[in-house]
Amino acid sequence: MSGVGTSQMEMAAGKPVRQGNRAVRRFLRHRLAIIGLLIILFLVLACAIGPSLLPYNQLHIDLRHRFQAPFMGPHILGSDQLGRDLLARLLMAGRISLTVGFVAMVLSTAVGVIIGLASGFYGGRIGGALMRLVDAVLCFPSIFLLLTLAALTTPSLLTITVIIALTAWMQVARIVDGQVRALRERDYMIAAEALGASDSRLMFRELLPNIVAPIVVSATLNVANAILMEAYVSYLGYGIQPPTPSWGNMLNNAQEYLTTAPWLALLPGAVITLAVSSFNFVGDGLRDALDPHMDLPG
Amino acid sequence: MSALLDVEDLAVRFRSDSGEVTALEGVSFSVAAGETLAIVGESSSGKSVSALAIMRLLPPAPACRVTGRIRFQGRDGPISLLDLPERAMVAVRGGEIAMIFQEPMTSLNPVHMIGRQIAEAVLAHEGGGKTAALRRAIELLDLVGIPDAARRAESYPHQLSGGMRQRAMIAMALASRPKLLIADEPTTALDVTVQAQILDLLRRLQAETGLAIIFITHNLGVVAEIADRTLVMYSGQVVEEAPTASLLAAPLMPYTRGLLNSVPRLEAALRPGQRLPAIAGNVPDPRHRPAACTFQPRCDWAQPDICGVTRPGMERVAEAHLVRCARWREIAV
Repeated sequence: MSGVGTSQMEMAAGKPVRQGNRAVRRFLRHRLAIIGLLIILFLVLACAIGPSLLPYNQLHIDLRHRFQAPFMGPHILGSDQLGRDLLARLLMAGRISLTVGFVAMVLSTAVGVIIGLASGFYGGRIGGALMRLVDAVLCFPSIFLLLTLAALTTPSLLTITVIIALTAWMQVARIVDGQVRALRERDYMIAAEALGASDSRLMFRELLPNIVAPIVVSATLNVANAILMEAYVSYLGYGIQPPTPSWGNMLNNAQEYLTTAPWLALLPGAVITLAVSSFNFVGDGLRDALDPHMDLPG
Repeated sequence: MSALLDVEDLAVRFRSDSGEVTALEGVSFSVAAGETLAIVGESSSGKSVSALAIMRLLPPAPACRVTGRIRFQGRDGPISLLDLPERAMVAVRGGEIAMIFQEPMTSLNPVHMIGRQIAEAVLAHEGGGKTAALRRAIELLDLVGIPDAARRAESYPHQLSGGMRQRAMIAMALASRPKLLIADEPTTALDVTVQAQILDLLRRLQAETGLAIIFITHNLGVVAEIADRTLVMYSGQVVEEAPTASLLAAPLMPYTRGLLNSVPRLEAALRPGQRLPAIAGNVPDPRHRPAACTFQPRCDWAQPDICGVTRPGMERVAEAHLVRCARWREIAV
């Protein structure tokens, strides 16, 4: 059929290249992010399978070896005032702390994305009201908000996770709101609307996939923040309750013996630092890898 | 022939900081099934606003007020588009009236493969399963002349050329077999050879499916190519309406004549140094339109005592030829 044939120029588009390649390459070149990722993987694996490989469980009391310093006896990383194995406790605490971190991140990201999408998409009065809500919540110093909420509820794994999520969704909501406002008037949005896309389709199918990158970055940083928050609250005694170990309440327990058994504070502290900075490095790496302004050859 | 779309006395007013701006007033026209109507005019003459008003894609009141009547012969009988609840309008958009835009570069969502994007449009209106929708998407890509459609369906928009993207957009618009396609400058961003291919494609699709097309353009060459009838717009009003052949052969409104004179012609090549005739002056600021004829300040035929006093109405000159000019009788001679 003449005229409807496709010109040479149109054919020149060539073989499809995967979009993600460049971002993956850039991420792999980000050394700190890779180290962070490896550390996170190591921590997760250690916490998941480590406890079953150890001779002691985290609650086993061994009064003959109280305050044993690391590498000085049967307990590899030492023991506490009741002779409980510190490594076993650290790993079990890691299960709790990492779980809180991940679940709180998922919750806060979900809330933030939904509020940000609605606010940016509808704009006007609805958007204004939602963003003022975000401002209002941001006005509270989050540690006070956290402690108030924690004091009002019975501490448990679930409540502490929900509370941390409730104090961390605002950043995501703001990011999503801003992005949606910028993308809302794009031609492809108007074109999709002109072809009969419903509001929910516009929001979740057209807009959301376009803003995955900043959401992923902020979600990663949110995990770090949530782990830190859990440590905070548990350290202050409102979070995970002993004898269940968490990195935060291990620190709380350790402060009495700071001079006599410093390893009880130093090791949980080091693990928290390691986990939090690893997540932050990964977040930074993702940001650099996914930033479209960095999309230059080379 | 009964009209598929009948627009009557359409007016669009935007609220701005400096008062109300009338973007469109007294616009009436109709489109028959299977017909191509071209709307021409320079930038800001109200072409696109008319299209967006029909699709109800203008910002909601109070930022923008749309008055008049738009009747559409829908699948389930006649409907009045301006009175339709938004939920029903969503079904009309894409379902019965589809629209494609000027910028094929940016009108496709960059994160979806085009096959999936078209399948979405199919699912939105026809329902059915995902695999069936994807199969239909490939059929549609094939229909609009994209070679190797099954493989192309897995391309992202940035992997396609402008012409291919516009073809993909057209495929998406046709997903639910609409009766009317509004094409807002669909070829303006494309180079001429691709332009000609897209026009061919639209003509072929029209012949195959009986689609009516409203073709918005400022390119009179394209109008001559494709349109059965042509509507000339100036400063928010329709100033002339006629079958394309008679409009091009015997334009009556001085503005239309000016537009036609400013088209470069091969057979009347300009001598070196000679300039292409242009219409002097600019479109009046929509906030301060003359109360009389809006074209009068730029018109060679203007007579201050007639044209500067009252605004002429649309007058029927011939069977299908309407013009808004007080002096068309003298011009016609």
